[in-house]
Formats: sequence, C-alpha cells, structure tokens
Amino acid sequence: MEEATLSFKARAERALADPTLKIAIDRTTGTAERKRAVAMSQFPQFDAARERGKRIKDHVIANLDHYLLEFERNAIASGAKVYWAATAGEASQIVVRLCKEAGAKRVTRVKSMLGEEIGLPHALDEAGIERVETDLAEHIVQLGGDRPSHIVWPSMHRTREQVSEMFKRLHRAPHQEETIEAMVDSARRELRDKFLSADVAISGANFLIADTGATCTVTNEGNAELTTTPPRVHIVTAGIEKLVPSMGHAIAMLRLLVRSATGADVTQYTTFHCGPKQPGDRDGPEEFHIVLVDNGRTRMLREGLKEMLRCIRCGACMNHCVVFRQLGGHVYGGTYPGPMGAVLTPVLDGLEKSRDLPHACTMNGKCQEVCPVAIPLPTLLRGWRDRSWREGLEPASVRFGLGMHAFFALRPGLYRMATAIAIRVMRLFSRGGVVRGMPGLGAWTAYREFPAPAKRSFMEMYKEQENQR
Amino acid sequence: MTQPQDTPRLSSSPRVALFVTCLVDAMRPSVGFAALKLLRDAGCQVEVPQAQTCCGQPAFNSGDTAHAAALARHFIETFEGYDYVVAPSGSCVGMTRAHYAEALADDPAWAARAHRLGERTFELMSFLVDVMRFAPADVKLDTSFTYHDSCSGLRELGVHDQPRALLGKVTGLTLKPLEGNDVCCGFGGTFCVKYPSISNAVVGEKAEAIERSGAKLLLGGDLGCLMNMAGKLKRKGSGVRAFHAAEVLAGMGNAPAIGEES
Repeated sequence: MEEATLSFKARAERALADPTLKIAIDRTTGTAERKRAVAMSQFPQFDAARERGKRIKDHVIANLDHYLLEFERNAIASGAKVYWAATAGEASQIVVRLCKEAGAKRVTRVKSMLGEEIGLPHALDEAGIERVETDLAEHIVQLGGDRPSHIVWPSMHRTREQVSEMFKRLHRAPHQEETIEAMVDSARRELRDKFLSADVAISGANFLIADTGATCTVTNEGNAELTTTPPRVHIVTAGIEKLVPSMGHAIAMLRLLVRSATGADVTQYTTFHCGPKQPGDRDGPEEFHIVLVDNGRTRMLREGLKEMLRCIRCGACMNHCVVFRQLGGHVYGGTYPGPMGAVLTPVLDGLEKSRDLPHACTMNGKCQEVCPVAIPLPTLLRGWRDRSWREGLEPASVRFGLGMHAFFALRPGLYRMATAIAIRVMRLFSRGGVVRGMPGLGAWTAYREFPAPAKRSFMEMYKEQENQR
Repeated sequence: MTQPQDTPRLSSSPRVALFVTCLVDAMRPSVGFAALKLLRDAGCQVEVPQAQTCCGQPAFNSGDTAHAAALARHFIETFEGYDYVVAPSGSCVGMTRAHYAEALADDPAWAARAHRLGERTFELMSFLVDVMRFAPADVKLDTSFTYHDSCSGLRELGVHDQPRALLGKVTGLTLKPLEGNDVCCGFGGTFCVKYPSISNAVVGEKAEAIERSGAKLLLGGDLGCLMNMAGKLKRKGSGVRAFHAAEVLAGMGNAPAIGEES
C-alpha cells in the first residue's frame, strides 16, 4: 500500500492531521486504560503475579531447547504434526502448502499477530485461497483492505461510524439500526455460513503448553471455537516464545494477560486444543498441524533482547504510550506498533528501515510500569539507539552536534565561555521573554515559545557573588 | 522501577555539592539560586563545584555511549568528594543514579564508582524531605497551583509526595489536581526537536489538561519539561504561569515566570 513507501515522519504527519483517527485512537486506548486501572485496583496481588509471570517466562526462555522438544514430543503423541520454520517465509509457505494439500478453497482464520508477522494473509491471497477473517475487528480490517493498527484491537483506527458505513456498503444484508448489536448481527449474517463451509481453520496460540502438547487461544467473541471446530484441518502457527511448562503456568500468565489487555478478569472464551479428533470424539478436526516459528527469536536471545521474549502481546504498553496515542499503529510501519513494536520491528524488518521507531520515544517509562512481565522497554529501545549509533545510521548533524557538546562539556573553562556566548546570542533574538526567529530553534518554535534565558548564567552570577563574600 | 531515596543522614550539616544542571545554568539561574537557598536553610554546607557541566544524558539517550561514558567519568571525578550531590532535576539525577553504571558497563572500576556516587546523589525535593527532613518556614504565596510529575523523577526515583509535602507548607498556596499528572509532557530531551510535531501534539494535550485544572501556576521539578509546557501554554495565549517548584519554595514565586520578560 501507498503508506509503506512514505517515511516514518511523513506517515506521522499524515496521522497527526487526521482528527477522525485521533477520535478512534482515544476511544479505544482511553477505554483500555480506564478498564485496566479498575482491574488493577481490584488485583492487589498484581506485583507478585507480575514477578511470577516474569520468572515463568525467563525460565522457559533460558530452557527453550528443553521445552520445545518436550512440547513437540507431547504434541506428536496427541496426534498433531509439528513443523519448524526458521523464517517468516518458511512459515507461511508451510501453511499454504498444508492448505493446498487439504484441497482448501476457503480457509477461516482466528486473529493472530504471528499470522500477520509471517505475512500469512498475503500468502493465502497470493495462493488464490479464499481467506475469511472471523474476528470481528479483523473482518473490519479485511473489508477495509488495510492492516491491523493495534495488536488487541486491530481495527482501532476505524470509528464505529466508519465501520457502519463500510458494513452498509459491503455486507449482503447490512444492519438498519445504528446500534452496535445490529452491526454485530450484520457481520454474523455475513460470516456464519463461511464459518461452516471452510476447509481449513488457521489460528495462532497465546500459549503452547509443553507437558501436554496443547495450544491455548483466548478470544472474546468465541470465534476460535467456531472457526476451529467444523473444518477438517486445523493449523496453528505460534512463535517459539509462547511456550509455558504446564497448564498451571498458562493460567498464571492468563491472569496477567487479560487484565492488562482488556481489564477483564478472564476472557469470554479460553480455548485449548490438543491433537486431532480421537475415536469417540463428537467433533474436532481430522488433521491438527502446529507450525513453530523462530523468525528472529533465537537471534534476539543472542543480541541482548531476550527480555523482549517475555512479551505476551497484551497491548498495555501502547495503550499507555503518549506517542502511540497520537499516531495510532499504522505509522510504525511494521506488524507490531507502540513500544513493543518499536523494539521488535528492527528485529523483523531491519534497523536501517526502522531506525525512527526506537528514537520516536520520550523515554518516560510508563510502558515498563504497566508491562505485566516487566520488560524494560526504554532500556531495550536505548539499546537500538546505541546500535544505530555504532552502525553509523545516525545523521551527520546529530553526530556533529553531540560531538561538539561533549567536546565542550569535557572542558569546563571552554564550556563556561560557550554557555555565556550562547546566552548572549539567544538574547539578541529575545522579545517579551521568548526567543523568536533564531536559526536552529525552528523545530521548537514552530509549535511553542522558547523561553528566553536570563542575562547571565548561574555560574557567572555565582562566581561574582562568591568573590564579593 | 521505583527506588525510594531513603539513605540515612550522615551528619546534621553535610557537605553538599549542588549540581545546577546545564539547563538551569544557561536558561534559568534562579532555579539554581533557589536550590542553594533551600539547601542552606536545611542546614547543609553547600558548594558549587566549578568543573561541573552536563550529566551526559543527551549523548546517552542518543546512543552515543562513548561520549556519555566520558561525561559520566567527568561528573564522578567532579562530585565524588562530597557527602551528597543534589540537583534540581529528576532527569539528571536519574541519569546518574540509574544509568551511569550502564554507560560505564565496560569498565567495572568506574561502574563501581558510579554506583557509590549514585547512592549519594539526590533530586532536590526528595533530598530536602527524605534526607534533611526539611520544611520551608515563613513562605507565603496567595495563589493556586497544579503539579506535573516529570517522568524520570517519578519512575526512576520515586519522587511524588515530597514536592507536594513541601509546597503544602507554603501559606496561601492551594493545589488543584492535574488530570494525567503522571503522563509525559512530550519533552523527552532531544525527542522534542527530533520529532517536533509529535512532541507538539503531546504537549498540546498536556496544556489543555493544565488549563482545565483551573490553577494559576504550573509547578514541576524539571526545567526541560517546564520550558516545554510553559512554551506551549504561552503560544496558546494561556495565563497559567510556570515555575520550578524550588523557586516557589525559596520565596521567588513573585518573580517573572518561565517565558516572561526578565
């Protein structure tokens, strides 16, 4: 799409100039923030739960080889087939191949950010397989021909008024009444027979449970059950960091995930899948495939980003991010937006292409404060800045400016002189207490006044006072 | 992330080095003189080391770790001979307490010195309250204020109650709560000039919240954030006047505010 060719800054300008987008962002993130705050006020054990969640994930990540093999062994024992994909391309090719082998004309998909990460929607469309998104928000994204703008609410960028207009234009039997219920019914009429006639179901997983080989998916719409039950074949794609040792650990993580994401105590639906239909089972798929995806994750382990592998994709960091709340998700340009996306996108798309993301952050630390697994997001973002500097990706003007600053700041005598000169130059441009029209200050003064400095620096005045004492 | 600054008092009259910070030195010396007065009133022997310059945060946050490390060493050499180091900024103190050890990670001996100095380095208002158990006496200012909690002080140092406790002692001064008092103002150091339009959108919302508070004054503990918010308020034509909390506590609340003719 056109957006992808624009620079981060150009995309940001476009988002900042869109008042409808801002309304949409504020509604979703504002509600999420309020509901999370209420949930936390009723969850006094949050700190202990967060510490436990952090330890569970750290333990699994430190023993990834062990748990991956245990999961594979148990999944195979349950009748599942397990595939390993090193890259996004490999993963989506495996899924497309399985769909073709199943003779699939139509597949239904449960919302999965990993599916987006490996480019699955595009790969299925390319392969000529009809793709039906069954999550209501993903359905809206599909109708609009765009990309998810939030990892929990993919259609956050659309106001309900825009969605209503789109449903009326594109649904076979659209709603008459302007209520949420009527709109949901319209989507239900549109999707219901597709649910039932799909050949293959594709879902992600919130957790891979090592000691049983089961996968766990949470939804609030029940679409995971309805999607994965009727088709003959069910394919799960999951990142290898989704492992937990046991069901008990999955439940411990769920308590953190749901409260942090939606502010509810528990999702409406928590679905566990373990192998294909067994003799005597009333329903379930005949074939059950699990594609385990690396796509940069083991590289993150090696490159100082292992703490990011704790991420459980709750979206709290973006809901509380002042930058995300001005821009929305599309501006970030990758699969994952917000603070967690700014850490992950350089891994997935390369730092050169995504250099702006770790820089477009005020380092205020709110994301880390709300993260349910205590990921030090600002530190990881600063790590990317450090790497960008070392790899020479920073603009010459920034390198020169900081070099000059350090040169003077390491020489106090020269620094005093330079400060005194800077103050006097600024005062030449000062009127009524603010600096106006001074070269080099345009980025500030385009939007706000720059308070003028006092006549002399603290150090000048202090020295004079001390001499008089 | 929050680390309450709770260190026992060394003596009733400790030797305190004032780090005025580069921004206060160049832009608003009155904050430095306010800090000096408050520390002296609290019974400290205050010195202003002449070799001080900048804590190195701009370099560190830009990824220029080599220069950040060089500036960290300079800071440590300048300040480690005192009982305490105090600065009227949560951001600069956060840099020394929380990040010097990171910047100097390749050099264990310096990292250890950074750690030892970090434990004795304090943000002004938390130092006055937590270490010196100080309260200002006979300060009067008949007006209302709202308070913005700057992010580094709040989240890296746990500075929240201390400025409110101190300002609560100013006769005639009433607090009007700020909606989103712990939400970033969009300053972010070099962020505000690297991404000025995003920064502007963030500070625009902050300025609206400040105006909605109905307060006459905006107070805070970090000059960078205050210049950003004051600059936006002034551009909007707002009548809210901005001061560093130290200025009000030192009885300078009737002087020209940030962005007013001086």
